[in-house]
Amino acid sequence: MSNLSSGAYYIPEPSSWPVVGSVALCLSFVGAAIMLNGSGLGTFILGVGMAAVIYMFYSWFRDVIDESLAGRYNQQVDISFRWGMGWFILSEVMFFAAFFGALYYARIYSIPWLGGEGDGAATNEFLWSGFEAIWPLLSTPDMVIDAAQTKYTQIKAVIPAWGIPALNTAILLSSGATVTFAHWDLKKGNRTGLCWWLAATVALGFIFVGFQAYEYVHAYQDLGLTLNSGIYGSTFFILTGFHGFHVTMGATMLLVILLRSMAGHFTKHNHFAFEGVAWYWHFVDVVWLGLFIFVYWL
Amino acid sequence: MLGKTVKRCCVAVSSPILFLFSSLAHAEYGLNMTKGVTPLSREVYDLHMLIFYICCTIAVAVFGIMFWSIYHHRKSKGARPAQFHHSTRLEILWTAIPIFILVIMAVPATRTLINMEATGDADMTIKVTGYQWKWEYEYIDEGFSFFSALDAESNEIRQLKSGLDPNEMEHYLLDVDKPLVVPVGTKIRFLTTAADVIHAWWVPDLGWKRDSIPGFINESWALIEEEGTYRGQCAELCGRDHAFMPIVVKAVSEDDYFDWVGEMMVAAADANAGADREWAMAELMEKGEQVYATFCQACHQANGQGIPGAFATLVGSPITVGPIEGHIDIVLNGKAGTAMAAFGSQLNDVELAAVVTYERNAWGNDVGDLVQPATIAGMR
Amino acid sequence: MSETASQADHHDDHDHKPTGIRRWLFSTNHKDIGTMYLVFALIMFFIGGAMAMVIRAELFQPGLQFVDPQFFNSMTTMHALVMIFGAVMPAGVGLANWMIPMMIGAPDMALPRMNNMSFWILPFAFAMLLATLFMEGGAPAGGWTMYPPLVSQLGDGFPFLIFTVHFLGISSIMGAINIIATVFNMRAPGMGFMQLPLFVWTWIITAFLLIVSLPVLAGAVTMLLTDKYFGTSFFVAAGGGDPVMFQHIFWFFGHPEVYILILPAFGIVSQILPTFARKPLFGYVSMVYATAAIAFLSLFVWAHHMFTVGMPLAGELFFMYATMSIAVPTGVKIFNWMATMWRGSMTFETPMLFAVAFVFLFALGGFSGLMLGITPADFQYHDTYFVVAHFHYVLVTGAVFALMAASYFWLPKWTGHMYDEKLGKLHFWISVISVNVLFFPQHFLGLAGMPRRIPDYNIQFAEWNMISSLGGFVFGLSQLIFVWVVIKCVRGGEKATDKVWEGAEGLEWTLPSPPPFHSFTTPPQVGMATARS
Ligand code: HEA
Ligand code: HEA
Ligand code: CUA
Ligand SMILES: [Cu+2]
Repeated sequence: MSNLSSGAYYIPEPSSWPVVGSVALCLSFVGAAIMLNGSGLGTFILGVGMAAVIYMFYSWFRDVIDESLAGRYNQQVDISFRWGMGWFILSEVMFFAAFFGALYYARIYSIPWLGGEGDGAATNEFLWSGFEAIWPLLSTPDMVIDAAQTKYTQIKAVIPAWGIPALNTAILLSSGATVTFAHWDLKKGNRTGLCWWLAATVALGFIFVGFQAYEYVHAYQDLGLTLNSGIYGSTFFILTGFHGFHVTMGATMLLVILLRSMAGHFTKHNHFAFEGVAWYWHFVDVVWLGLFIFVYWL
Repeated sequence: MLGKTVKRCCVAVSSPILFLFSSLAHAEYGLNMTKGVTPLSREVYDLHMLIFYICCTIAVAVFGIMFWSIYHHRKSKGARPAQFHHSTRLEILWTAIPIFILVIMAVPATRTLINMEATGDADMTIKVTGYQWKWEYEYIDEGFSFFSALDAESNEIRQLKSGLDPNEMEHYLLDVDKPLVVPVGTKIRFLTTAADVIHAWWVPDLGWKRDSIPGFINESWALIEEEGTYRGQCAELCGRDHAFMPIVVKAVSEDDYFDWVGEMMVAAADANAGADREWAMAELMEKGEQVYATFCQACHQANGQGIPGAFATLVGSPITVGPIEGHIDIVLNGKAGTAMAAFGSQLNDVELAAVVTYERNAWGNDVGDLVQPATIAGMR
Repeated sequence: MSETASQADHHDDHDHKPTGIRRWLFSTNHKDIGTMYLVFALIMFFIGGAMAMVIRAELFQPGLQFVDPQFFNSMTTMHALVMIFGAVMPAGVGLANWMIPMMIGAPDMALPRMNNMSFWILPFAFAMLLATLFMEGGAPAGGWTMYPPLVSQLGDGFPFLIFTVHFLGISSIMGAINIIATVFNMRAPGMGFMQLPLFVWTWIITAFLLIVSLPVLAGAVTMLLTDKYFGTSFFVAAGGGDPVMFQHIFWFFGHPEVYILILPAFGIVSQILPTFARKPLFGYVSMVYATAAIAFLSLFVWAHHMFTVGMPLAGELFFMYATMSIAVPTGVKIFNWMATMWRGSMTFETPMLFAVAFVFLFALGGFSGLMLGITPADFQYHDTYFVVAHFHYVLVTGAVFALMAASYFWLPKWTGHMYDEKLGKLHFWISVISVNVLFFPQHFLGLAGMPRRIPDYNIQFAEWNMISSLGGFVFGLSQLIFVWVVIKCVRGGEKATDKVWEGAEGLEWTLPSPPPFHSFTTPPQVGMATARS
């Protein structure tokens, strides 16, 4: 209604999804918190919350898609979405920046100081004498003092860059290519090409996740590389973990786009949803390159 | 108490006026940073005054102009609005001048900072370790160490609703049981670190504070020139009793210092005495009470009942009346993720044996069993 | 536009605005959402203030009279979190919601549904945070800076604290994205960037800072969470980490955050001064660049909050110089404001009074900030009441005074009624006097050696603490006058004209007061007339 009264502009109708979303997120957080405080009830609340979140996303996007298909969006709305997606991706970049920062700080400052380099001479002499700064850090400072008393697990070996990680790099890069081919076909109006290339991208995405999962099992079972094997394990799992999570998200979104393409959505000129997801996919791609270089390789 | 309060109310109400109309030098109200008693502290003081005066000058100039304009360019005085709205020359001017002023400040600041970091060629080294909520001083070269905690009197007064009057005590919250004793005219290197959470070691008269960070050591230095007692406080929030872990530094002459060191050596020697003999209940209880007062009371309180929600009670708790091993273990190794520290590193076998015995038999726990130093040694 | 104006008297029935609770719950309207933001912020200001009153009451005299030290620390911590994330930030976003679409000639925000979610997260997030007051182990008591290892000694409240921060982060980031998308994409035809009102400009830059810094905070607290529950060792030396690492990551967010709080205030003052000086803003372009410069520099000064952690000398020098350099663009702003007033024809209605007080008292806080930036001196100042005095001058007489000014400035536009000028002036004078009695003595306390975050102190600090507390109570109570003025103004009063203020400039003043439900139903043509140089 209001979109009529607002002439050149489009304003969406009042919608219940934002509030539903807030409640759902709140439930999830509260559930998670209670769970961490060690009560099974929390796990249940968390489950309910997550379900509600998913339902909210589903319904919200359904509304948006309907409006879009009904042709109620004008150029301006499309551009608003683009700005939105762009800046959202920047915020994601900064989220990862925090963890890359932690990795950088540990490697350049804290470990060398604990090892007695630079300003750390006294630190090493009086608190961690005998500890040597090396990367990857296989045994933690407290192991050097008293291996029996340590809070952490000894790492036997770390995952070499030129095994599965390199393979995964190839997989993600090529998935970046396939999604671009899909885009070209979309702009050409070649729907079968579009769907096939998209399907390929989704497949590659999930294969990547599969390899990551395999790698984690290997790390935990054979290498003693875990979340609590000191700063190496911490940075390794927080970075690869959040990245893996983002890949899963991205692949799922691509899957939705694939289904929509098969359902005949998107036109040569109007297909922001596709592009937005594509941007996101390239973002997880680039983050992985950073990971490959700083976590696995160097 | 009340009289004092009333009096202070009057002072409080009147002194802003006092403050406005009389000179700023209300010494007793302590308006300004201390000059301190070290070369560094004086440098810092001068730097502080320099930047303070510069800022005042700028402020007077800038706001003089502003308020002049506010007074004269009022509509009520028939001021007509001019329409000018930019001037590149002005913009450049008031970009350049501040930069120039800042450089003037930066030069002495840089010099002082470099001096402060020059911790080399010190005559002696003291390792300062922060604990919740007390300090440990370790004389590296002499090879002895001791704890320094809030003095008993302050500790009584500072209890919630104690009804005791802080005004009766001159050094309320600024006094300790065992002060840090140092010689004057000696370059002392301070190594600050912590055992549990971050603290900060600060004696204003020395001219600096330094964070003491668990797992890392920071270096600072001081050369005290005048004999005297200098007081400071922990300056990094470190939990419930952050306000109650003061610092007292006694700067004495070289001779007095060495006498004192001598005594400390002897004391250190017979501290662990008797670790090898059997102890009787009575002596253990007596010693235990002392140890409890300095090391446990802050959290678990004198009556052992702790603070609901914050600190566990020891009265009839599964730990204190349960199996003795569990009790010794938690005192030795602490409880991760809580304020319960591992006292194994802070107390010797006798003290541990005594305090555990005390906890198991005080406040009507009356478990009856007693712990021997040997048992502790066995469980380390 | 004349056509919009003619709708003024009967726009309500024209707009078919939803009614009842649904209007607020499901809103996609920038004004309703803006209103909700502002009301929420005011409530939070009172809650945070009430906590401050507990602090001041305990510090009224030496000895512990009212609360346990642990609870005192909770008050300090919660006071800060509530004031920063609950009062000042939402108030700023509320003003952005209300004014930006009107100022740039848009019908609404670019992403109205997301806009609503940004708001509705807040009540739930703060319900989570305030709930910790009643939990085993109490509310967060490690300071709003949440330094490990202390913060992880918190009881059941800990995960709630962490998730509240995540939750608030989501809200702010969505809000920021929305504002940027709106300004970049919804400007009326013919309105170039260099014609934007400064309030809009400062918000673009603030939004950028939000998007860049908040995710970093989210990352930092995530690591706190994994350190406590999943065995990681980011901030534990025994595992190769470093507690100080958290401080670096936190302050990389924390310092930009303080400019997130003040930049919108700069924008507000830049709107108000020209209006009441009846004279165009001086140096518009340099104002824009100065704001951008402040934001840019703010990303490289974070470690001035941690000079005493024992950084390498080079680092301390770098952060000292970088910090000092921020005085330059800030100075440019101060000077431009003065030049704006210079040879104007000034009147001093309440908004102007607050704006002038802002310029003076903010700068005062700025000066103490600069002193804190001098590393060796900060070795004495750090974690004393000198710091507390500094940041309350920039936050209370800075950010909050600007928000007050904005409220008085725009209330007539929002409600269609003039507020009670007498009461407004009364509120101003009591506030401005009491706030200085409240915070000025804290400079002396700090210099004399009183650490911050302590519930009890030696008698040498007694006098100034008592004065400060008295000032605090008066300032607190005087805020009740403000609430009364607002309620009175909403209820009724002399009808406000479209222009409201004689010297008012800009699109928002071409709309009727109160404006129609959707500000500009058709894009207004912005001729060079409204152009600024
Ligand atoms: C609105 C928020 C705000 C603002 C705008 C500022 C502005 C500034 N702040 Fe402040 N600050 C805080 C909020 C803010 N701060 C908070 C909340 C804390 C405490 C956090 C905590 O620990 O809990 C803090 C703490 C803090 C510290 C750490 C102190 C410590 O813990 O030891 C430092 C140190 O450098 C600092 C510096 C500065 C500087 C240099 C500015 C500059 O931007 C000021 C620039 C302005 C001027 C200088 C005045 C006007 C200029 C002129 C008139 C030009 C001519 C002047 C000269 C050439 C000198 N601030
Ligand atoms: C924008 C942010 C903001 C604002 C607006 C304020 C506002 C106030 N703050 Fe601030 N404060 C901080 C941000 C802010 N503060 C931060 C970041 C810290 C650091 C925390 C930390 O160390 O971690 C801090 C810490 C802090 C301390 C130091 C605590 C300590 O170190 O232990 C003190 C002490 O005086 C204080 C006092 C006040 C007072 C009196 C007000 C007043 O302006 C409040 C006035 C408002 C009201 C009073 C509410 C309105 C009135 C009523 C509720 C009616 C009832 C009134 C009465 C009964 C009198 N604050
Ligand atoms: Cu120790 Cu504060
Ligand atoms: Cu800062």
